[in-house]
Amino acid sequence: MPEQLFTNLSLTALEREALGLSLWVSLWSMLGSLPPALAVAFVLARRRFPGKTLLDGLVHLPLVLPPVVTGYLLLVLLGRRGILGAWLHDCLGITLAFTWKGAAVASAVLAFPLLVQAIRLSLEAVDQGLEQAGRTLGAGGARVFLTITLPLALPGVLSGMVLSFARGLGEFGATITFVSNIPGQTRTLPLALYSVLQSPGGEAAAQRLCVISILLALAALMLSKMLSRRLAARLRG
Amino acid sequence: MLAVNLVKRLGPLMVEASFSCRSPGVTALSGPSGAGKTSVVNMLAGLLTPDEGSIVLEGRTLFDSRSGVNLPPERRRVGYVFQEGRLFPHLSVRGNLRYGLRLTPRPERWADFDQVVDLLGLGGLLERWPGRLSGGEKQRVAIGRALLASPRLLLMDEPLASLDARRKDEVLGYLARLAGALSIPTVYVSHQPEEILRLADCVALMENGLLGVQAGIEEFRQRLARTPPSLARGD
Repeated sequence: MPEQLFTNLSLTALEREALGLSLWVSLWSMLGSLPPALAVAFVLARRRFPGKTLLDGLVHLPLVLPPVVTGYLLLVLLGRRGILGAWLHDCLGITLAFTWKGAAVASAVLAFPLLVQAIRLSLEAVDQGLEQAGRTLGAGGARVFLTITLPLALPGVLSGMVLSFARGLGEFGATITFVSNIPGQTRTLPLALYSVLQSPGGEAAAQRLCVISILLALAALMLSKMLSRRLAARLRG
Repeated sequence: MLAVNLVKRLGPLMVEASFSCRSPGVTALSGPSGAGKTSVVNMLAGLLTPDEGSIVLEGRTLFDSRSGVNLPPERRRVGYVFQEGRLFPHLSVRGNLRYGLRLTPRPERWADFDQVVDLLGLGGLLERWPGRLSGGEKQRVAIGRALLASPRLLLMDEPLASLDARRKDEVLGYLARLAGALSIPTVYVSHQPEEILRLADCVALMENGLLGVQAGIEEFRQRLARTPPSLARGD
């Protein structure tokens, strides 16, 4: 690695843009997928119904499908002329294709299995005897979920959120397929890295972006571990 | 007055229980392990649905298979002290005690926070976390938590079973004080004659899912003196 690479520690305009966009897209991807992930995880952890295996499979599909396939499906479904996309555009004025919102949707879909799995495991670990105790004390099902189940599952939920956020930062294939590679709109860190690699002499810039990505991912993972450890320690009393 | 008439099939075991409890008063539900005592108590609380029968508490129907009434646990106003306490680990002792209290509409409240804390000697524990309590302290908090929801019926499922002898005596003392102070019926599950003799007014015996004789405490005492106590073998 050439020495002058990191003599300048401040970020270039391109790096700032890509980094900022990555954080923004991942944040919305994570926040937006949290409510449906909670609902799906709860249903998978606590309910028995026909088609449960199918739902479980569908949720995990993005984990094993090539991201390009997921991106293409999103384009077909949510593109401007897509089945859902046309409706979103005409009725709600929301355009997903080729915008950062679309990038957030792509990240959310790809990170969804990780988020659901983390929440599901922590929900399954909650002692249902405590929920029963809550009900005999006068709390209905929804209140029991909000005041007992969710707080007890919080370490898992939080680490799932960080994991989903980190997964969003790394999203590439579905994003470039669904929303393309538009500077300032959809060119997140991995896409920026890909772009500079395509242009001659972009290696130095690529290495800098590489390091930024690694640091970001590492920070997210460490934060996740720290949070869940601290919360778990508190619950043990 | 609590009037119970229940039938429930649990795998190979057929649980059948008919009994009534005066109010106030402590009815001991006794019998060997696996006789279906906890199932009966769970059905009273609404955590388990009977196949047939009815539960009527002070003229209010909690369950009736014929008319299709089945109140959910949160609407029964039945306090439940579980064998293993089941305190909420993410709430302080105060938070645990106030959980049911806050959910009770004011006109329904008869239990006073300070009185219950005083009666069960919880004053010094309020800011502690359940993870840091001894077994006896946990059970006292669990009893207080159930009382503070101002229940119309109190269920206790072997609340002393997980405690060592010294803690048992400690909590038993509090329970005896409590039994004298309550104006609601209590169903107390235990197979320990000494607990029953100290707390109960009458005893209902269960064996193999069948609830048999219901006897006054004097009759129980005499019976215990006559025959070697089959109950004591229960554990």
